[in-house]
Amino acid sequence: MRSDLFFLVCLAVGAAIFAAALALGNDYYFFAGYVVLQYVVLATAWNILGGYCGYVNFGSAAFFALGAYSTVATHKLFPVPIPVLVIIGGAVSGVVGFGMGYLTLRLRGAFFAIATLALAVVLQTLIVNWDFVGGSRGAYVVRPEAIAPFGSYIKYLFLIMMLLAVGAITVARVIERSRLGYGFATIRDDELAAEASGVPTLRLKLIATTISGGLMGMAGAPFPYYIGFLQPSSAFSLDYAVNSIAMPLIGGTTSWVGPLIGAVLLGSLQQIATVTISSAVNLLIVGFLLVGFVIVAPNGITGLVKKYIQHRPLGQVGPRRVDADADAPGRVP
Amino acid sequence: MSKLLAVDNLSKRFGGFVALDNISIAVNPGERVGLIGPNGSGKSTLVNCICGTLQNETGSVRFDGHLLDGRNAHQRTRRGLARTFQLPRPFASLNLVDNLRIPLLYTVSVRGSVGHSPRAVEGRCIDLLRQVGLEGKASRLPRELTQVEMRKLELARAMAAEPKLLIADESMAGLTHSEVEEILSLLVRLNDQGVTIILIEHIMRAVMSFSQRLVVLVSGRKVADGDPNDVVRDPEVERAYLGQ
Repeated sequence: MRSDLFFLVCLAVGAAIFAAALALGNDYYFFAGYVVLQYVVLATAWNILGGYCGYVNFGSAAFFALGAYSTVATHKLFPVPIPVLVIIGGAVSGVVGFGMGYLTLRLRGAFFAIATLALAVVLQTLIVNWDFVGGSRGAYVVRPEAIAPFGSYIKYLFLIMMLLAVGAITVARVIERSRLGYGFATIRDDELAAEASGVPTLRLKLIATTISGGLMGMAGAPFPYYIGFLQPSSAFSLDYAVNSIAMPLIGGTTSWVGPLIGAVLLGSLQQIATVTISSAVNLLIVGFLLVGFVIVAPNGITGLVKKYIQHRPLGQVGPRRVDADADAPGRVP
Repeated sequence: MSKLLAVDNLSKRFGGFVALDNISIAVNPGERVGLIGPNGSGKSTLVNCICGTLQNETGSVRFDGHLLDGRNAHQRTRRGLARTFQLPRPFASLNLVDNLRIPLLYTVSVRGSVGHSPRAVEGRCIDLLRQVGLEGKASRLPRELTQVEMRKLELARAMAAEPKLLIADESMAGLTHSEVEEILSLLVRLNDQGVTIILIEHIMRAVMSFSQRLVVLVSGRKVADGDPNDVVRDPEVERAYLGQ
């Protein structure tokens, strides 16, 4: 399917979901749906660097928080509409992503992962000590009760996050099927061989960190309006770092579908657990699922499905598809 | 005749260990050069310095009239310098066609010698696989290949970059007699098409039948460079291989 057509299909699906939530007539669905969509963006963004290139980023929360705090800072200076804040948040996080990439991409594996974690700690320390955005006390961002033509403000925020999710998924799919996507795959498989084949690995990794960071920042930008009161512990929450890794791993890291499946599955489960048991069990659910998937389906749900298709007995419908996912070493970064 | 590759007084150290000591080698266009030496003599280090995987401390590498010092490996590949690895390093998650697609997309397309259209690129990939006898496995993953097929894939991927110079680093290691012949004939065919080849190999039969000139490294130093029949009778080469 062509990318522009894919984008339109995603928009149509998004519109259908929005209409369904409207039909249910309960704002809670918008509150819960916003969080799930936010995780769709975060997981998709993480996967561009972690899944496509094989570079595990533990600093997702930092990029998310940068987007959120960009909103707080901009809101204090000159109030602008949320779509503008989203662009600003994305730009700030994208620039920081580029900088992080430039400083750390000569590292690999655990060393790179630790460096991203260190970035999160450094940024959190900076924010905690920056009074202009509230410092450790936090900052209030009072959102209007209603906005035309949506009625309640949460519907507007939901729609923005829906558009961001559609955009992130489209970007991921375009990358996956492009020259850039092939380049990313070679970085994941063997950087030395990639360079020997003419792939400018450092430049591609910088592109990946910038896009990934930018999308995470975009996901964080509307967050102060959603939560109303932003403090470092909520913006830099461990939930974002863990979920943005766990969701692609559970869904599958080699395609745009994996993070989407993982985010919808895990995000929905967490929302159900929050209202039925307690939000405290959220990370417990992630932990159990992650352990389960590492044992049963190390390539995630998409990997499991592809493995099933490949091992279909001959004579069944369709040719035997050879796919990179199933059992391929190094697929899970 | 202007040299295609000119390595001039190249040295490389790893801490206190001198891996390459003032190596100078020149290769003419279209030449078939054998590079031999005992294990640890610095052959692969030299290849890595020429190809940009390692940066040399002193000396220079000039290729096709361009100074390559400080250039990254991918920039050297784009200039027409391709290599194979001692241990095949295929892109494990990509099928054979996609393995060849990479140098076509990132090297040949950049030079503009092949069209950007997916159909043109795919056609070229299949053609290359046909040349090495792997067209029947085009959609397979590298892990499904045998040892010799893996070596052929490695060569095909290097060929896909349309190199002026190919450095084949132990492309025949671990192969049977007939498989060695297969790879040799492939390299000769490639040379007939105008590609200059440096062959690094321990299988002397293959090196002797392939090379027009032989260069010998021992402990990071060049000890011989010349006609293969003369070089193998060189006392220093005999000493390096057979001992005092």
